Amino acid sequence: MYGERLAIERVIREEYGQVLSAVMAGVRDLQLAEDAVMDAVTAALETWPRQGVPERPGAWILQVARRKALDRVRRQQTRVRKKDLLEAEASLSASVDAPDAREPEVVADEQLRMMFLVCHPAISRESQVCLVLRTLGGLSTAAIARAFLKPVPTVAARLTRAKVKMTEARIPFVLPPRDELPARLDAVLAAIYLVFNEGYAASSGERLLREDLCVEALRLARLLVQLLPDDPEARGRWRVAEALGLLALMTLHHARRAGREHEGRLIPLEDQDRSVWDADALDEGIRLTRLALSMREPGPYQIQAAIAALHAEAPTAAHTDWSQIAALYGALRQFADSPVVRLNEAAAHGMAYGPDVGLAMLDRITNLEGYYLLPAARADLLRRARRYDEAREAYVEALALVENEREAAYLRERLDALPANT
Amino acid sequence: MEYLILIYEDERINEARDPKANDELMQAYYSYTEQLKQAGVLMGGNALHTIDTATSVRVREGRTLTTDGPFAETKEQLGGYYQIRCENLDEALKWAALCPSSATGTIEVRPILNY
Repeated sequence: MYGERLAIERVIREEYGQVLSAVMAGVRDLQLAEDAVMDAVTAALETWPRQGVPERPGAWILQVARRKALDRVRRQQTRVRKKDLLEAEASLSASVDAPDAREPEVVADEQLRMMFLVCHPAISRESQVCLVLRTLGGLSTAAIARAFLKPVPTVAARLTRAKVKMTEARIPFVLPPRDELPARLDAVLAAIYLVFNEGYAASSGERLLREDLCVEALRLARLLVQLLPDDPEARGRWRVAEALGLLALMTLHHARRAGREHEGRLIPLEDQDRSVWDADALDEGIRLTRLALSMREPGPYQIQAAIAALHAEAPTAAHTDWSQIAALYGALRQFADSPVVRLNEAAAHGMAYGPDVGLAMLDRITNLEGYYLLPAARADLLRRARRYDEAREAYVEALALVENEREAAYLRERLDALPANT
Repeated sequence: MEYLILIYEDERINEARDPKANDELMQAYYSYTEQLKQAGVLMGGNALHTIDTATSVRVREGRTLTTDGPFAETKEQLGGYYQIRCENLDEALKWAALCPSSATGTIEVRPILNY
């Protein structure tokens, strides 16, 4: 029975985003749509264990949810403005008895509109991240709170505030106009990547809880890629290559997760045991990277994926194609210049052309004062140049700035391993 | 749906502007207002005197406290507003971006609450 319950819950989670988006298209009020879908989910959990899971579970939930939404619209005469209510009622009445097979284009359109709605620039980044997990990931508020290590009431309040703003300020449930599409898609990609990074940056104690976030981000990126048009003329506008690039990047990072840590210690890429990397996932990531790059619409996610793919393709750390990676960081700087990108570029040049080249580039980086990665990168290159005394100073400097305990442990280990003198 | 477009600017920048640039800005506001009218979205609006002229009033325990100055000292000050009527927030945001002061100040868009 318990297994059956789990299977039902899985089916519901898989259908949740589609159903919610479809109801939203009718009511245009996210809180109301969510409440109606929750009513339908409750009904499914009561009915299905007795009568079996229907042939098309999504259609079943959607039909019940629309009916529940209609009930709620009719009951809630005061909360929303009259005109909106009438429109919602008309739309729901028309669709409540609609045939249960829906056009795939319509389903895709509704889910895309949901992505644009929850990643609207008028909604804060923190809220976007929670909302995309809630609406399209089907995660409960409690699950989101657990993953972000936040109290449930905090996350609940954040979600509510965002939903109220959507309704009161009237953020439209539409596809953005042509000229705004690229920027709006970038916002969607950024939100998905943030979900991933939240999970990826987790330390060992919290890893089990938070790895879900990586899996969820991958699922969302895959969904987005499926939803985007694949005709070559529309690709550039719809950021298809970048969406694929993001999916590729996250796939590659996720494939290496087993090698990143050992007994709570952070293992740098060059010391990782490559045999524990997920070879199938790496192949998939490399394939996606090539596919994205073949579209000839370069962008920052694709370049980062290409860098990750080069690391994945190297049989050992010593075989890494550093000159190619150095060139890719230069390309990345053209799209997204930041001190951190410059730092990585300098480190890659140091690996490709000798530590002195990298050190000279590091010296030219400004606006990174107080950030531990700069002295840490300098320390690493000085160590490789066998300038151990200077390396020691740089490690000490980095240790004074680092906040994350796990990264501090790594730096301390490197410092202790330095040979006595030059 | 109605929105208030609130125009916040650093008043010192306004005061430091030379007459020619000032004329250009006035001209830009004139044509912006015309655009709002032509589009049929304009409900009203005004420019305000600087915060030097502001007076704040609070009534506490039946006593009226009147103070010289705005409600809060901020880097940018409310310098004027438009009231517009349009379909949704995206349209309102588009109008906000077209407001001449969006290039130097901050335009805040607030939906108007209808009882």
